[in-house]
Amino acid sequence: MTNGDDVSTPPQSAPQGADYFSVFSLPRLLDLDMKAIERAFYRRSREVHPDRFAQASAEKQQWSLEQTSLLNDAYRALKDPIARTEYLLRLEGITLAEDAATADRQEKKNVPPELLAEVFELNMQLEEMRMNAQMGEDDPQLRRDLEQAQAEFAGQFAGIEAAIRTEWGKWDAASNSDNSADKQAAAERMAALLDKRRYVRNLVRDVQQALGN
Amino acid sequence: MEDRSLVQIGNSTDSANAPAERVVGIDLGTTNSLVAFMQGGQPVVIPGEDGTNLVPSVVAFPAGGDKRVVVGYPAHRYLAESADRVVYSAKRLMGRGLEDVQEELKLFPFRLARDLQPGEALRLDIGGQQYTPPEIGAQVLRQLKRNAERYFGVAVTKAVVTVPAYFNDAQRQATKDAGRMAGLDVLRLVNEPTAAALAYGLDRQKTGMVAVYDFGGGTFDISILRLDDGIFEVVATGGDTHLGGDDIDNLLLAIALDDIAGSTGLDPRSNGELVQVVRKAVTDAKIALSSEPATRIVVELPGQEPYARELTREQFEQLIRPTIERTLAPVRAALADAQLTPEQIDEVVMVGGSTRIPLVQHLVGELFRLEARGRKLHTELNPDEVVALGAAVQADILAGGSAATADMLLLDVTPLSLGIEALGGVVAKIIHRNSTIPASETEHFTTGVDGQTNVAVHVVQGERELSKDCRSLARFDLKGIPPMSAGLPRIEVRFLIDANGILHVSAREQRSGKEAEIEVKPTYGLTDEQVETMILDSFDNAEADFEQRQLIEARVEADDILAKVEKAKTHPTWKLLSFEEQSEINSLADELHIFKEGDDRVAIRGSIDALDKATHRLAELMMDGAVTSALGGETMASAGEKLGQGPTAPHPFAKAEIK
Repeated sequence: MTNGDDVSTPPQSAPQGADYFSVFSLPRLLDLDMKAIERAFYRRSREVHPDRFAQASAEKQQWSLEQTSLLNDAYRALKDPIARTEYLLRLEGITLAEDAATADRQEKKNVPPELLAEVFELNMQLEEMRMNAQMGEDDPQLRRDLEQAQAEFAGQFAGIEAAIRTEWGKWDAASNSDNSADKQAAAERMAALLDKRRYVRNLVRDVQQALGN
Repeated sequence: MEDRSLVQIGNSTDSANAPAERVVGIDLGTTNSLVAFMQGGQPVVIPGEDGTNLVPSVVAFPAGGDKRVVVGYPAHRYLAESADRVVYSAKRLMGRGLEDVQEELKLFPFRLARDLQPGEALRLDIGGQQYTPPEIGAQVLRQLKRNAERYFGVAVTKAVVTVPAYFNDAQRQATKDAGRMAGLDVLRLVNEPTAAALAYGLDRQKTGMVAVYDFGGGTFDISILRLDDGIFEVVATGGDTHLGGDDIDNLLLAIALDDIAGSTGLDPRSNGELVQVVRKAVTDAKIALSSEPATRIVVELPGQEPYARELTREQFEQLIRPTIERTLAPVRAALADAQLTPEQIDEVVMVGGSTRIPLVQHLVGELFRLEARGRKLHTELNPDEVVALGAAVQADILAGGSAATADMLLLDVTPLSLGIEALGGVVAKIIHRNSTIPASETEHFTTGVDGQTNVAVHVVQGERELSKDCRSLARFDLKGIPPMSAGLPRIEVRFLIDANGILHVSAREQRSGKEAEIEVKPTYGLTDEQVETMILDSFDNAEADFEQRQLIEARVEADDILAKVEKAKTHPTWKLLSFEEQSEINSLADELHIFKEGDDRVAIRGSIDALDKATHRLAELMMDGAVTSALGGETMASAGEKLGQGPTAPHPFAKAEIK
C-alpha cells in the first residue's frame, strides 16, 4: 500500500513558518522540558502515525506520512542539545562556520584567538609525534605531554558545553522579555561557542589519532 | 470501510465483532515460516492441515513435469532424493545480485540460471525452469495464506510480514514483491526483533528498556527498545548478518563429513543427497544437546557400516563458543548507540531457535549481568513463534486495533545511514542510522559549470566515510535545470524513508519552480554481509577514513581556489597588481598544483592558505572595483567568492559533517 506508487504527487512542503519548534507548539527557546516534549511526541505520534492509517485512502496515507516524518524530523532536531542549538541559530539566520566551509577548512581558519598559543604548541607536538611514528620511534615524554593536552582539551570541551547551556538561559530570558539586542548577543556567543566546540572536538580527535599510531 | 481506522482514532472499539477482513501476521523465516492472528486479545499461531505450527521454508519442484510445487515438511523428503530440485533458505537470496551470493551458493544444492548477469536480480534454475527468490518466498507465503484461509473459512488478502531489522531497500522491496506474488497486500513490513517485543509487551504494559536478542537460522539481530505506556520506541538496532544456527550446523557438518571421509575412504561431499542426510543428523544432535548432556550422531552409509559418533555438550560448547561470542560485539555496539550500559536494560527477550542453546543463554545473561541483578532472560514465549505472534499484534493494530492493542504503537528506526556522494567521493550522511521512521531530510544541490542542465546524484547506504566503501543504493539525474551561471540553480532534493524502511526521493529547482519527481529504483540490494561489515568497518576504519576524507577535502579546495585564481587572471583587476604580486601568485599556484597531487594533507593546506593570503589584495581590489563599478551585483558576488569566505549560494557539494 505504501509502495512507491503512492508518491505520485510531490510531497506537500511544510507550511511557511512551520519550524521544528512550532511542530511542538513551542516558542524558540532552548532550555526545554524534554520530558514534556517526549510526551507531546508520543501523543502526536498516536494521532498521525501511518500505522493508524494503514487502510485509509491514499491521500490520508500520504498526509499521515508527511505529518509523521515532520514530527520525527522535529523531534530528532530538538532532542539533542547541540543539534537543537545549531538548528535555532540557523533559524535566526546565523551562519555557523560549519555551513560556510568544509570542516577541515574552518579548523584551520577559525582558530579561536584564546587558543592560539596552545594550538600552536599542540600542532608542533602532533607533528613531532607523527614524525616519530613514521620513524618507528616513541618518545615517552612527548606521549605524556600529548596525553596531558588531550585531558586538557577534553576538559575544555566539557566547559564549552556548560557555557552553551549558560547561554541558553540568557537567550531564553532575552526572548521572554523580547530584548532583541540581548538575543542577538546571546546568539552570537552561542555561534562562537559552537564553532569553538567543533574546533576543540577535532583537536581531541587529532591527538587521539596521533597517540593511537 | 476505507476510513475505518481514521474513525477509530481515540475511539477504538473491539474489532473482533466487526465483519472486517482479517489481517494476518507472517514470519517469513530463513528456516521456518509461520502465520498468526489475534484471537480474543491474544496472538495465536494458525496450524497447517497436519496440525503443526511451523512451515519449513523449503520448496520442492518434483520431477515429472506436472509443475507440482511442494512446500514445508513434505518438501524435506525431496532433499534426500533429488536435492537439486529443492530450494531452502531462499530468504538469503532476496533482493540480491549474482555478485552478492557467491559464498551462499557453495552451501546450496540448487543452481542459478546459467545466463545470469552481474547486476540483475537472481534467478534459480530448477530442472530447466527458472524462479526468482521472491517467487520461492511467494510459494511459502501462499502455503501460509492457504493455511489461514482453511482455518478461517474465508479469503485472506492482507498481511503484515516481518523482515530482519538490517534488511535494506532492495531486500524489503523483494519481500513485498513476494507478498504480492502470493496474492497478499503487505500492509507493513515489521522488523523481526521489534515484532518480538510487541508479542512480549502485550501483557506487561509498563515503562522500561528492553533488549531483544534475535538469533535465528541465518541471521542475528539486536534491538533496544524503550517501552512507555504502550509506545514501543526502538532506540538502536544492529546485527551480524551471516550468523545463525546454520553456522553451527555447518561446523558440525564439516567435522562429520571429514570423519566419514577418513574412516571409510568415501567422498561424502560429492554426494548431495548424503550431505543432506548428514546435515539432518548433526542438526538433530544440536537440538538434542540443548536438553541432554550428550548425544549420538548416527548416519547410515551406502554399502558401509553406519557412521556413529558420541558428542558431549561440553565438546559441543567448546566448538561453538567462538560463533556465539560473535553475537556479543553487535550487542555492545547497539548499547553504545543507545548510550546505555548493560545494567540499564530492564528486560532481555530471547528470540529465534538458536537461543535454546544453553551456552547462548549463559553468555547473554552474563553480558547483561542479569543474575547479579536478580533478573532472568525472557524465554516464556516459544522462540520459534514469537516473531509471528508479534506480527499478529501489529496486524491487529493496523486493522484498527482491539481492546488489547488500542494503546500500542510501534516507532521503529532505519538500521543504516543514508548518504549522498559529494565531490571527491566523500559521503555526506543525510539520515543517520537509528533515526525514527518515517524520516525525511532535504538537501540542496547546485551546478558546478555555467549552463549545466543536469546534476547527478548518487545515493548510498552504510556507515563509512567514502562512498566506494558504502553500498550504492541508486543513482539518478536531476534533469532539465534551466541554464544559469554555475552555482545559481538551487535544486531541493527531499529524501523520505517511509514506515516500511523504503526510500522515496523527490526534487525541485527552486529558482525556476520546476518540479521533478524521482522514484529511486534500487539497482541491487546490499548483501547482509556488506551491511554488517560496513557497520563494523566504520568502527575499525573511522580513523583511516577521517584522514582520507580530509585529504580529499583538501584537494577539492585546492582545485576550487586554483580555478578561481585562473578566472581572476582574466579579470581587468589582475592588471592592477604589481609584477611581483602576479609572479608570487603564479608561483604559489604552481606549488599548489604539485602538492595536491601528493598525499600530504598538511602541505596542501599550507599551500592553499599561502595562495589565499597572496590573493587577498587581488580579491579586495576586485571587490572595490565591483562597488564602484556600475556593473554591481554579479561582480560583487563573484568577488565575494574570491575572498574565500564561501559563497552564499549552496555549495556545489553537500556540507561535510564530521561528528
